[in-house]
Amino acid sequence: MSITVQIPTALRRLTAGTPSVVCSATNLSELFSHLDSQFPDLKPHLRDEAGETRRFLNIYVNEEDIRFLGGAAYSFQDGDEVLLVPSIAGGAE
Amino acid sequence: MGTSTYQLRCRECGKTYANQPRSICESCFSPLEVTYDYDSLRAHVSRDAFASRAPNMWRYRELLPLPAESQPSLPVGFTPLTSAPRLGEKIGSRRLFIKNDAVCLPTLSFKDRVVAVALANARSFGFEVVACSSTGNLANSVAAQAAREGFKAWIFIPSDLEPAKILGTQVYGAEVVRINGSYDHVNRLCSQIADEHRWGFVNVNLRPYYAEGSKTVGYEIAEQLGWRLPDNVVVPMAGGSLITKIKKAFDELILLKLVDPKPVKFFGAQAAGCSPISTAIKQYSSEIEPQRPKTIARSLAIGNPADGHYALQAINKSGGWAEDITDTEVVESIQLLAESEGVFTETAGGVTVGTARKLIHQDRILPDETTVICVTGNGLKTTDVLVDKYRSSSETAIAPKLAEFEAYLASKASLSSAVTETAAVGR
Repeated sequence: MSITVQIPTALRRLTAGTPSVVCSATNLSELFSHLDSQFPDLKPHLRDEAGETRRFLNIYVNEEDIRFLGGAAYSFQDGDEVLLVPSIAGGAE
Repeated sequence: MGTSTYQLRCRECGKTYANQPRSICESCFSPLEVTYDYDSLRAHVSRDAFASRAPNMWRYRELLPLPAESQPSLPVGFTPLTSAPRLGEKIGSRRLFIKNDAVCLPTLSFKDRVVAVALANARSFGFEVVACSSTGNLANSVAAQAAREGFKAWIFIPSDLEPAKILGTQVYGAEVVRINGSYDHVNRLCSQIADEHRWGFVNVNLRPYYAEGSKTVGYEIAEQLGWRLPDNVVVPMAGGSLITKIKKAFDELILLKLVDPKPVKFFGAQAAGCSPISTAIKQYSSEIEPQRPKTIARSLAIGNPADGHYALQAINKSGGWAEDITDTEVVESIQLLAESEGVFTETAGGVTVGTARKLIHQDRILPDETTVICVTGNGLKTTDVLVDKYRSSSETAIAPKLAEFEAYLASKASLSSAVTETAAVGR
C-alpha cells in the first residue's frame, strides 16, 4: 500500500525541492512521522508544539478536506493522493 | 500623489518581507499582512486632507498599500451611508444606518475596493495575467477592472453559480473556468495553479494587498458619521476578512488620532447553511470546524474560512457576537430592506439585515445605539431567489382600457379587504 503526498512550493525549500513523496503511512500521524524523518526541517511547519496540525495548513485527501473524513482517525487507502495546502482562501463576500 | 511606506509582516511570527507577491510566511506558514509606519503617517494625514479629495476610496491613499507610481483611475468606493429609519422602526433600532456597497463602482459590490488595490500592485509586480477564485462578486470585479487596466483575466468559479454572476464576468472578455465543486475546491485548485503559473491571483499571492482594500469601508463609515465611530457594525462573513479589516480601519483611525477612541462591537452574519464562524462563536469555541455549504447565499458559501480565526478574535475581543439565519429569512430580509429603504441587495445583504434583526431581538444590539449594517452586494445579481415571490402578480396582464383597469383595481380592493377580514376573524 502506498500514498502520494504533494508538497506545495512554499514548503519545498525545506524538502530540498522535492515536489512529492511516496510512502506507506496508514494515517495522518504516521504520515507526519515519515515526513519528519525524511525532512527534519519540515517538522515545525506541519504541527504546533502540542502536536496538532497547524491552523493554517489544510490537508486534502483526493480533493476532500481530511477533516470531513475523520481527520487524524482517517485510514489512508492504497493510492490516496494527499495535498498539503496553505490556508489562503477568501474571495467571496 | 501621496503614498506611504509599507511592507509585509507575518501575522503570527512577525517576520517582515519587502513588498512582493506572497501571502504566506516562509518561516511559519502563517498569513502575511501589510503593515505601515504609523509614526511617520501621523504627520501626513488629516481629516481635512481626506475630505478635500474626490469622493472615492483613493482619498485614503496614504492608508493603502499603493505603489508610488500607481495612478488609480476608477472612482471606486465612497458609497452612501444612509440612515434607515423605516427599517429601524421595523426591527427595533432608532439609530440605524446602511452602508450601501450595492452601488459600489464599477461592478456593484464591495469587492471593487479590494480588486482596485490588488491590481495596482499586480501592475507594479509586472504581472500580465490576473486571476481569482470567486463565488461571483469578485469574479465580476476582477474581470471588469482587468479589462479597464489592460490585464488578461482568468476567473475560476464553482459551476453552480448564479447565471447573472457568470454572464457578468464573461461580458468583460475574461476567461471563465467553471469547476465541478464548491468554492473551497476552487480555492484549493487556485492555490495550486498559483504555484505553477506566474499569474497575479488577487486572493492568493496578492492577498495581503487585496485585503487592505476592505479597510476603506471602515474609513468611510467613520468619515460619514462625522469622524465618529459607531457603537455596532454588522458585517457579512464568508472568508472572514472584511470584518477584521473594518476593525483594522477603526483601530488605525484611533492610532492616527483621526477619531476619538471608542469601543465598537463587531457582529458577524452568516447563513445557517454555511456558518462555520458563527457556530464557533455561539459554542464559545476557539477552533473553526469546516462545513459543506448549503445555502442560497452563495457569495457567503465558504465552508473553510481562511480568516475565520481572525474574525473570531475580532468579534470576541470587541464584545460582539455572531448569528446566522435560514434561507427563508434571507429572502424575507431582502424584501424587508427593499420595501423599507429602497435598497435592493443580494442574498448576502439579506443575511446581514436578517442577522441584525435577530441580534436586536436578542438585545445584543440596543435600540438607541448607533448601528451600521454593511450591505455588500447588489440584488440584481441574485434575482433567481425572488422569482417565486412575485410570479402570480407578474402573470396578470390587462388590456389597455380604462374599464379593465377599474375592474382590476376593484378586484384588488376586494381581495385586500377579504384578506383584512380574514385576518380580523383570525384574531
